[in-house]
Amino acid sequence: MSVASVITPQPVSELRSAVEAYSRQKISHCYQCGKCTAGCPVAYAMDLTPRRVMRAIQLGLKDELLASRAPWICFFCITCSARCPREIDIASVMESLRLLAISEKTKSSVEDIKLFHRLFLSFVRLWGRAYELGLGAAYNLLGRHPLNKAEIIPGMLSRGKLAFLPHRSKRANEIRKIFKRIEVMRNEKIIQPKSEVKAQ
Amino acid sequence: MKKSRYAYYPGCTLKTSAKEYDISARLVCKALGIELEELKDWTCCGAASAHSIDQLLGIALPALELQAAAKLELPLVAACALCFSRLKFAAHELKEEKVRNLIGEVMGKEISQDHHYEVVHLLQLLDENTDKMKIEKPLHGLKVACYYGCLLVRPKEVTNFDDVENPQTMDRIIQVLGAENVGWDFKTECCGGSHMLVRPDIVVKLSHRLLAQAQQAGADCLAVACPVCHSNLDSMQKTIAAKYKDNIHLPVFYFTQLAGLALGLPPKQLLLDKHFIDPLPLLMNKGLM
Repeated sequence: MSVASVITPQPVSELRSAVEAYSRQKISHCYQCGKCTAGCPVAYAMDLTPRRVMRAIQLGLKDELLASRAPWICFFCITCSARCPREIDIASVMESLRLLAISEKTKSSVEDIKLFHRLFLSFVRLWGRAYELGLGAAYNLLGRHPLNKAEIIPGMLSRGKLAFLPHRSKRANEIRKIFKRIEVMRNEKIIQPKSEVKAQ
Repeated sequence: MKKSRYAYYPGCTLKTSAKEYDISARLVCKALGIELEELKDWTCCGAASAHSIDQLLGIALPALELQAAAKLELPLVAACALCFSRLKFAAHELKEEKVRNLIGEVMGKEISQDHHYEVVHLLQLLDENTDKMKIEKPLHGLKVACYYGCLLVRPKEVTNFDDVENPQTMDRIIQVLGAENVGWDFKTECCGGSHMLVRPDIVVKLSHRLLAQAQQAGADCLAVACPVCHSNLDSMQKTIAAKYKDNIHLPVFYFTQLAGLALGLPPKQLLLDKHFIDPLPLLMNKGLM
């Protein structure tokens, strides 16, 4: 972040408009008090804390934001939004950064977390329900950390807490159709950020 | 108005890693004369993943279940706090016509605007029905830290559950059961949630904070209402205690298991043996078994 970009008034950037459109939040309302960061249980693990994320959006620092791991470390506990004195839904702002990073296909240092979400959904697409054992195995193999959380697996198995085979819902085909229709709609660019869709 | 029949959405984990929550919830509801009708062939709500990477999928998946419940003309009760949150978010979004149209297109059917989707959490259901509880074995002497986690209470305008910082719903139930609800400050702090696989280090750190605080507040166990919280606090507890060299040992119950015990249901049926931290020594020590 250069000093010049901080002191020069910036026009509303493309990134800021996109975030505002997705999240329906007014980013300029943030006056940088830092209450979001103070209450965030995972700010310590972020490269940009929530307050800095808000400032970076105000400044339109697109590359820094889309490559940041902060939106992926955020697990949507919503404490920031509940406590913001300016009533900004910061958790939704983080979510819109995730969605933008996905649609722009930017790589960040947390590809593992995206891999997890994609695998989770691919099992849902296949069987209509989550499949814990399959998800754990696929994530550990594809993410190349085969022994991740292995210490609890024997205990899970002996207590009957992991099903070897997936539970398949008879309505799984409905789910597959939903995934398919969204793909088609995205390819045809019918889908826009929610707020644009909602614009009066 | 109090109802006695609900559509029931257990959610994926209640069929696998959180079986004891499903079974104890059904037994307790049955004892209270509340009929749970499990949604037929229900599908996943999308959990933490769908909304994180696809806005539409994040609404469409829970919307399927909302519609299934609406078809039965029953209010929908969810057991898992994460499912509850996703269902509530979808119901909230679907109030807007343009979202309804878009999701209707995704689902390949029109979504009627007449539907008022009523979604409640199992905690609210029990809280409403405490007057029907015949306490056979009051849980005297048991000090319980009620842990609500994030998604039941936040955001208030979506979940409309209880106070955001100091909820009381579970505390009230625990008191009715004869146990003591200890006061503590971490009722709605996060346990690390769905990061258990991708960033176990974060889960260990956050869950340690919760367990240490509950112990310091004088609790001898925790009560939870979410399978994700339960998994983080129970199955990871030995790893946590070893890492921080702490003398932490706190059994973690689903609140429905404690309700079942107090209602005099056989402990074996409540699947108390499914936990990593064995709660039986504590219960015997307190003369509750």
